[in-house]
Amino acid sequence: MDKFRRENIFPAIYAFLFLIPVSGNTEQTTIAVASNFNGAMTKLVEQFERQSPHRIRVSYGSSGKIYAQIQHGAPFDAFFSADQEKPIKLEQNQRIVPDSRFTYASGALVLWSTRLESVNQQSLLDGKFKKIALANPKLAPYGLAATQVLDQLKLRKQTLPKWVQGENIAQTYQYVYSGNAELGFVAWSQVIEQKHAVYWKIPETLYDPIHQDAVILMRAAKNPAAIDFINFLKSVEGRAIIESFGYRSSIQ
Amino acid sequence: MLSAADLDTIGLTLRLAFTVTLLLLIIGTPIAWWLARSNSWWKGPVSAIVALPLVLPPTVIGFYLLIAMSPDGVIGQITSFMGLGTLPFTFWGLVTGSIFYSLPFVVQPIQNSIEAMGNRPLEVAATLRAGPWDRFFTVVVPMAKSGFLTASILGFAHTVGEFGMVLMIGGNIPGETRLVSVQIYDYVETIDYESAHKLSAIMLLFSFTVLLVLYGSQRKQRQLLNL
Repeated sequence: MDKFRRENIFPAIYAFLFLIPVSGNTEQTTIAVASNFNGAMTKLVEQFERQSPHRIRVSYGSSGKIYAQIQHGAPFDAFFSADQEKPIKLEQNQRIVPDSRFTYASGALVLWSTRLESVNQQSLLDGKFKKIALANPKLAPYGLAATQVLDQLKLRKQTLPKWVQGENIAQTYQYVYSGNAELGFVAWSQVIEQKHAVYWKIPETLYDPIHQDAVILMRAAKNPAAIDFINFLKSVEGRAIIESFGYRSSIQ
Repeated sequence: MLSAADLDTIGLTLRLAFTVTLLLLIIGTPIAWWLARSNSWWKGPVSAIVALPLVLPPTVIGFYLLIAMSPDGVIGQITSFMGLGTLPFTFWGLVTGSIFYSLPFVVQPIQNSIEAMGNRPLEVAATLRAGPWDRFFTVVVPMAKSGFLTASILGFAHTVGEFGMVLMIGGNIPGETRLVSVQIYDYVETIDYESAHKLSAIMLLFSFTVLLVLYGSQRKQRQLLNL
């Protein structure tokens, strides 16, 4: 079987690779996205790819890790952070396409329970709970917002011994979901799809807006796929998808 | 050099590791003994359960522990019934999780050294009228010393380094569940790389020293781990 000697294999592989169809104007872009936006982003990419020849690869992770990876040359064309701080830092370090930073979504905070009949402001004031879950305010904007709510209601001191902190809102969600914390501050986007979720949508007067910013990174300055996708997010259709997942979208 | 908060996390981590190692030696030794000497049908399933933490992602273990320890969960109902409340977000919750998580690192070395010993020394001791406890402490422990040493060091080091499971059931409470690994993670996430580097360097040095001591002593003993 001389035919299958090793030197014959490589031409065969090359021939096979060239059989994969490549249409002329298809570009690929790789974007890094904060984990909390996973559901909405999946839908956005799906819709975008339906109407565009371009292809999007998405890498999900924590904003802090993605930021560190970008600083060390990770091959991402755009970065959708869970906060504003990290995109602003990248902008200051001139690692992004000038003026590409924008707020793609704003989060809403809810107080959620799987153990109480109803949840409202009174549930906090009553203090009839052993544990209250929130995301670590140092790491997660939703956690910071939760502390602002407690400060506004003058409950920080009182509740502090009952705090349990998740590293992010996904973990905070698990603390409440498993029933280990009777109450928890989570994102509206996490409970919006549940049929019988018991939660209190916290008035926006009690916390600063939770803006999530995105940037196009320098390496993608001429990547039409990345630019088209960002424009899709800013379109009426893209914004409707973002809002349907429990975020506010007010892109100017 | 290090902040007070950092020193707290180091103290708590060491306290957890000592507690877990001690309890694991007490719990793990009978399991290892039984696994080494039994021919029962149960040997396979029990070995598999003991080895599970080696293959399951720590966050998965943590997630199931969180559910099991919740007020409605199996472990949670037992602890509530005993008047202990629920375990998540407490030091003893971390101890419980770590015992399961570090079990194979303690059981396997002890099991290997007992297996290597064979039956003969025990039979000889028995003919000399040594009772079971006497046989265990005067024959098994000295002969399987390197296995116990390896088990203690590995169990300790593994507990010090654990992270994913602790995140899931810990809740990051200072002085209660905020370990070194969690503190480092927080520093990285808040882009405070300098503090992260300091703590990581200490952990790296510690781990390296531990392993160096372990493998140095093993070279003498010539009894290698089969992990």
